Amino acid sequence: MILNKRTIKKIAMAGSMMSASLLSGMSAHAEEGPIKIGVMLPYSGVYAGPGEAATNGLKQALKEKGNKIAGRQVEFIISDTEAKPARAPELTSAMTDKDDADFIIGPVHSGVAMGMIKSIRNKDSIMIIPNAGINAATGAFCQPNVFRTSFSSWQTAYPMGSEAVKMGYKKVVTMSWNYGFGKESLEAFQESFEDAGGEVVKKIFVPFPNTEFQSYLTEIASIKPDAVFVFFAGGGSVKFVKDYDAMGLKGKIPLIGSGFLTEGTITAQGDAAEGLMTTLHYADTLDNPKNKAFRAEYKALYDKPADIYAVQGYDAGQLIIQAVEATKGNTADKKALIKAMEGVEIDSPRGSFHFSKAHNPIQNIYLRKVENGENMVVKTAAAALNDPARGCKL
Amino acid sequence: MDMSLFLVQLLNGVQYGLLLFLIASGLTLVFGVMGILNLAHGSMYMIGAYLVYYFASATDSFLLAVIIACVIAMIIGIIIERFLIIHLYNRDHLDQVLLTVGLIFIFNAAQSFIWGNDPLGVEVPELLSSSIQLTDIVEYPVYRLFLSVLCIGIALAMYYVINNTKLGMMIRAGESNREMVENLGVDISKLFTIVFAVGVTLSALAGIVSAPIVSLVPGMGERVLISCFVVVVIGGMGSIKGAFVAALLVGIVDTFASVLLPGMSSMTIYLLMALILIFKPQGLFKS
Repeated sequence: MILNKRTIKKIAMAGSMMSASLLSGMSAHAEEGPIKIGVMLPYSGVYAGPGEAATNGLKQALKEKGNKIAGRQVEFIISDTEAKPARAPELTSAMTDKDDADFIIGPVHSGVAMGMIKSIRNKDSIMIIPNAGINAATGAFCQPNVFRTSFSSWQTAYPMGSEAVKMGYKKVVTMSWNYGFGKESLEAFQESFEDAGGEVVKKIFVPFPNTEFQSYLTEIASIKPDAVFVFFAGGGSVKFVKDYDAMGLKGKIPLIGSGFLTEGTITAQGDAAEGLMTTLHYADTLDNPKNKAFRAEYKALYDKPADIYAVQGYDAGQLIIQAVEATKGNTADKKALIKAMEGVEIDSPRGSFHFSKAHNPIQNIYLRKVENGENMVVKTAAAALNDPARGCKL
Repeated sequence: MDMSLFLVQLLNGVQYGLLLFLIASGLTLVFGVMGILNLAHGSMYMIGAYLVYYFASATDSFLLAVIIACVIAMIIGIIIERFLIIHLYNRDHLDQVLLTVGLIFIFNAAQSFIWGNDPLGVEVPELLSSSIQLTDIVEYPVYRLFLSVLCIGIALAMYYVINNTKLGMMIRAGESNREMVENLGVDISKLFTIVFAVGVTLSALAGIVSAPIVSLVPGMGERVLISCFVVVVIGGMGSIKGAFVAALLVGIVDTFASVLLPGMSSMTIYLLMALILIFKPQGLFKS
């Protein structure tokens, strides 16, 4: 082929057109600006610890990608919920309407979650819950633009019911704070415990956040059940486990519970926690390569061991990354983005999981036992457990 | 409820009440003598608990940690009174509330900055870590019994100081008529510094000695503050004797209500407060 001037000109034109279209394609993305991730977590008050850990985990996931997804920079908009439900609607509206957040990560506290869910209905932002376990969030109040990377209360307590019967317990006293998470955990436990032939002889609800347990422990001692199932978390669980031991009940009436009893609290509980059996969707000691790599990196970045809240925050980050990569950086089409999120398989430190129709993880629940100050995995109590999502029409 | 169970619950109630007294005594003392409403009282409870945590692990001696923590608390009290509260004696309660609420934020931020947000625990000192068998299944931790004895000791000491010493005389005089005390040549500003520092130290001491039986978490100070106010209001603002009676009353009522009226237990102490205020609007022992 002889190259004459016209051909060269044509090729040059085609080339410039191509590069122009390429450029315009890129600039179209650049005009969209950064991917905005709103973070609504508590950084002060009782839940400041989980809030900080979830943020660390989230940032770690995005850092692994150089804070860029599909070529777009990631921008964080951070606000402190103080774990106060009353502030949730106002803060959420600021994120959805003023800041135009693509994603909103939050919250830790279930009361705040309900406030946020109300305010995010029919908005363009997609909410990803990195902790709050209230069943209704992916049950009666489930919504297309609400996902959860943590758990439902039901999931963390249900498997313990049948396990308790297997351990030979027939009569059990259940106890928790008188609030949503506690009540839901107790109900889920009772559901499977009684289905398996056990009997809950007494339910004790302690006003939240009261930690004066002496009178209740005295009552438990007088009932003498085969075991006690409890839900407590954070500071309350430290106090409860120590009081239970100090009253001399530990050696006589076995204590079992939802895994939050011994999450982030074992060091403070000391010897009193040894031997406790709990169920949860994660354990620090989980033996898989992803968990080891995650924990090593977290330790290097933040100079403290990762906990379950860090894992859940990290998975919220992974969810965003995988979904936005699947839509090739397009976050404007929210329907396509939600569809992408529904399809991801997340390689989590807890073992891989994907989402149910109600947008809650379908995940393994592990039976753990405290040995030498660590939650050791005894076995998988329930594999790929799906929350019943009662009342969800998705 | 059989007799032995009843007695154990009564013991629980008295023990809880005595601890409440220790926390509330400083608040009522400062209010009674100085007319200062110190909302940061709960913060000192928290700071006391965290200080003893820090020094117990640093020195490996609980007793030494208690002494150091008390001294630091007293110094903090003196600083707050000398540099901040001193400007508020002639202002109304609202200004005092603003200042002391500000202090709550500062103490909370300091706690979070220094010790982080994870729950912490303090080991019960070796010597007191055993338990006494009470019934066939219930044991009672010796440390809790020790706490009760300590609280009674402090109550008696306060009673003695207030009724039988010169300082106590000035405190009582200050409670009833401040200007007169000043006019009689008492250095009221020095008296105020002492009273405030003692009040703050009592609150910190309550945090210090309860550290082994509570968990150390951010915001623990605000939680005790509410029960503390209930006790002070029932007892009569400013009355030490009132605080003692009210604390025992609240402790016992709360303990039995939690067992006998499980659905209502969180409101019983407020109900008790409301009832008492209907018949005694000034509290049981208005000074």
